[in-house]
Amino acid sequence: MDYFLELFLGGLTRGSIYALIALGYTMVYGIIELINFAHGEIYMIGAFTALIVISVLTLMGMNAIAMLVIAGVVAVLYSCAYGYTVEKIAYKPLRNAPRLSALISAIGMSLFLQNYVLLAQTSDFLPFPNLIPEFEFMERYAHIIGSTEIVILITTTIVMILLTILIKFTRIGKAMRATSQDKTMATLVGINVNRVISVTFIVGSATAAIGGVLIASHVGMINFYVGFIAGIKAFVAAVLGGIGSIPGAVLGSFVLGWTESFATGYVSSDYEDVFAFLFLVLILIFRPAGILGRSEKNKI
Amino acid sequence: MIKIDEIKRAVLVSIWFMFLTFPIMVIRVNPVEHIVEWRWKNMVLVGIGSFLLSFVWNYLMKRKELGFKKVEAGEEENVVPLTRRILGEKRIYIPALVIFGIFTISFPFIFSMYQTTIMVTALIYVMLGLGLNIVVGLAGLLDLGYVAFYAVGAYAYALLNYHFGLSFWVALPIGGALGAIFGILLGFPVLRLRGDYLAIVTLGFGEIIRIILENWNEFSFGPSGIANIPRPPLFGIDLSVHGSTTYIYYIMIALCVFTIFVVNRLQDSRVGRAWIALREDEIACQAMGIDKARTKLTAFSLGATWAGMAGVVFAAKTTFVNPASFTIWESIIILCIVVLGGMGSIIGVIAGALVLILTPEYLRAFSEYRMLAFGTLLVVMMVFRPGGIIPNVRRTYKFKGVKNADKS
Amino acid sequence: MESVLKVQNLGMNFGGLRALDDLDLDVCRNEIVALIGPNGAGKTTFFNCITGIYPPTDGDVFIFARGMDKPDRINGVKPNKVTEKGLARTFQNIRLFPNMTVLENVMIGRHCRMHAGVLGAILRGRSTIREEKKAVEDSYAILEKIGLAQFVDEFAKNLPYGAQRRLEIARAMATEPFLLLLDEPAAGMNPYETRELDELIKQIRDEEGISILLIEHDMKLVMSLSDRIFVVDYGKKIAQGTPEEIRNNPVVIKAYLGEEIDA
Repeated sequence: MDYFLELFLGGLTRGSIYALIALGYTMVYGIIELINFAHGEIYMIGAFTALIVISVLTLMGMNAIAMLVIAGVVAVLYSCAYGYTVEKIAYKPLRNAPRLSALISAIGMSLFLQNYVLLAQTSDFLPFPNLIPEFEFMERYAHIIGSTEIVILITTTIVMILLTILIKFTRIGKAMRATSQDKTMATLVGINVNRVISVTFIVGSATAAIGGVLIASHVGMINFYVGFIAGIKAFVAAVLGGIGSIPGAVLGSFVLGWTESFATGYVSSDYEDVFAFLFLVLILIFRPAGILGRSEKNKI
Repeated sequence: MIKIDEIKRAVLVSIWFMFLTFPIMVIRVNPVEHIVEWRWKNMVLVGIGSFLLSFVWNYLMKRKELGFKKVEAGEEENVVPLTRRILGEKRIYIPALVIFGIFTISFPFIFSMYQTTIMVTALIYVMLGLGLNIVVGLAGLLDLGYVAFYAVGAYAYALLNYHFGLSFWVALPIGGALGAIFGILLGFPVLRLRGDYLAIVTLGFGEIIRIILENWNEFSFGPSGIANIPRPPLFGIDLSVHGSTTYIYYIMIALCVFTIFVVNRLQDSRVGRAWIALREDEIACQAMGIDKARTKLTAFSLGATWAGMAGVVFAAKTTFVNPASFTIWESIIILCIVVLGGMGSIIGVIAGALVLILTPEYLRAFSEYRMLAFGTLLVVMMVFRPGGIIPNVRRTYKFKGVKNADKS
Repeated sequence: MESVLKVQNLGMNFGGLRALDDLDLDVCRNEIVALIGPNGAGKTTFFNCITGIYPPTDGDVFIFARGMDKPDRINGVKPNKVTEKGLARTFQNIRLFPNMTVLENVMIGRHCRMHAGVLGAILRGRSTIREEKKAVEDSYAILEKIGLAQFVDEFAKNLPYGAQRRLEIARAMATEPFLLLLDEPAAGMNPYETRELDELIKQIRDEEGISILLIEHDMKLVMSLSDRIFVVDYGKKIAQGTPEEIRNNPVVIKAYLGEEIDA
């Protein structure tokens, strides 16, 4: 039973991280119908920035919690800046181009950012210090769930709540919803669509960076390539839940997290990535709109 | 002249990029030894670089917008692009073709074996590019798992040879056929998917095949791969390394010519027209009586055939295969070739393959920047020249009077 | 009169929305029939159900091809098969192949009447060459008939709007239909172009013997062309009859103008 619980909570943690990344995919897709291939790289850059900040601050001898907070904030800021810049360079000029062009551009951006980090930093795995302290009250449950995992779950919940508020109750949230419904109409009623798109990229990048910092301190190491696989899986999660739908992305992420956790726990860990891909293929074949997505018909 | 505004803008861009790249470009950390290295020089480089690139970007952007306006105003350039003019002029292209042919045939005798080996690699990519061009360029289906078929071909030869001692010449058609079969197998489930979903699912398939090859030790010998694959024999004689490289070179030339011939004919046929129509408008295509499923499957399988054959040659050339040769990045390099050359354009794809594969080989010093350059290339090409370096020179059906109706 | 299309009790649900409800319609040989109704009445959905783009939820669609005395039920048959059986359509918002020439667009219409496969294309045998040549000739002949011959080598995207609409008709004709479905063929045309279209549609019926079912908002065109008119509103048929009958039908006037103005 404990093993089951461990896998269950492991899956939940995994799912939370996927959710943080998947939100960016689903929001961007909802608005400009583009698979932002470079999104995984934004997450990776967030984690790298955090590592760099932490290393510098360690030399200054700062305490762990303060370091985590500062590193987190800087990582989020930088990820947002990267997300914003990527959109301006690689996607904005292609707003009216065929979708295939924008997608190829996104793949190019992903390739570029990976190799940029690889060349500027290193190709080796770097250890990422675990800055989240072991809580004493958690000791009794240590065999099932660690402190880091608790922190991840709580942070994810808070981010989700904030995001819901942003989209449901703020002006920009309303503009985002309007833009995703109909871009032309949104422009006509005076919404600055370019700004809405920028904000979407920034918000998506911010959640991805939070995910990046959390998973890095959980796993304990990073390299330039972590973003790609995580990105693909988060994308799978977003599609699973129904791309374009925010609750769908979260749900899809948990489903994927559990599937991977149980499959690797009970079956085999060699084929961990295969499960995710197989899942994606099956979902797209049998329910292309995802769990919560609406099936959209082209107007003819 | 350059205006003050533009300079101001460039300065802002340069400051923004210096800020953006600050942590990653300037600071290098080594958390193990707690060393932090500050590389201020990089910041200066980024600053100057982005300042200059900002002008280039603006200039290109302006040119692009000018082009759009021209088209809108209906005064589309009547000047036929240079490449097309050369290709259209028999007096120029026939001698050029002859010179090119002589050069190609005498290549192994003029240049060293090392050069020939590189050329063989480039030719393999020409074949892969032409194959992917059918799927992406003609039918408009973005396939990111194309390398899987390449792997299928390579492993087909390696395993068939290991278990049954099959020779290269038997394996070559089998590799092609297996490629086609896998193309159909992959095609079936993705028939209903739209463009971007298709891309991600094919990517998934590619990775699944690689992961299986890596983990299924009994079948594929895992990550260590299969070694000692024989080179192709010439009439039963085993050639020296040098001789067989030359031999493979000629095999590759022949295969490329064959590929070009077939792809060219397909392009100008009922099947090829259906592919292009499918790319242009799927719903109208179906309403015109074209079987969408069948057309897509033919595109997938005919595209995959070339990858399967190229895989067999690859295995024979390197005499060793392992899963590491067939990563997603390989698919993306092939995609780069198609995009750079010009989607749908045969000559473009050949040029793209030669440029992309040969340049890094001859610029060894910069070879680590190869993937970085490829990434940049994809973005820049899409933004400024989506048609590629040699845009599609597809012959359109021209009508020449009722009596001798024929294609020009 | 001999029917070519018979639709009985056709219904179509989108989730909870009933887009079409218990719709009956028939078209006879050599007849021009119009389907009219306010925007959103379900006219295009009706076309999509007949041509196989959506499978209808209930009801039957029968066609009677030339020389076939037995009805052929085409519910849920794929769009390309429907076209092969002899129903061709145009689209409300033009769906040409923009980067293909006018001739090639029409040749795509010939596709389902040609046979060359992959091997034929690669070997390019005598029969393939002959087939291709014939396809070019046939396509050109259609273009001449429709009055687009001067555009033969232009890219479809560079054509003037009215010519694009006509090209859609030419492309549909190339599939050798016995029934042509036109979805708002006059939309966006000026009065002169509309008059030309009027003649063209009549010519297609009279010279080619193709029956026509069209959706149209231009009442002048509908009244001048149609032998019979069907009126739908909210997915239901509210009237049918000759142009004269429809013109004077109070139910139709109400559906179009609303109750207040009706008085």
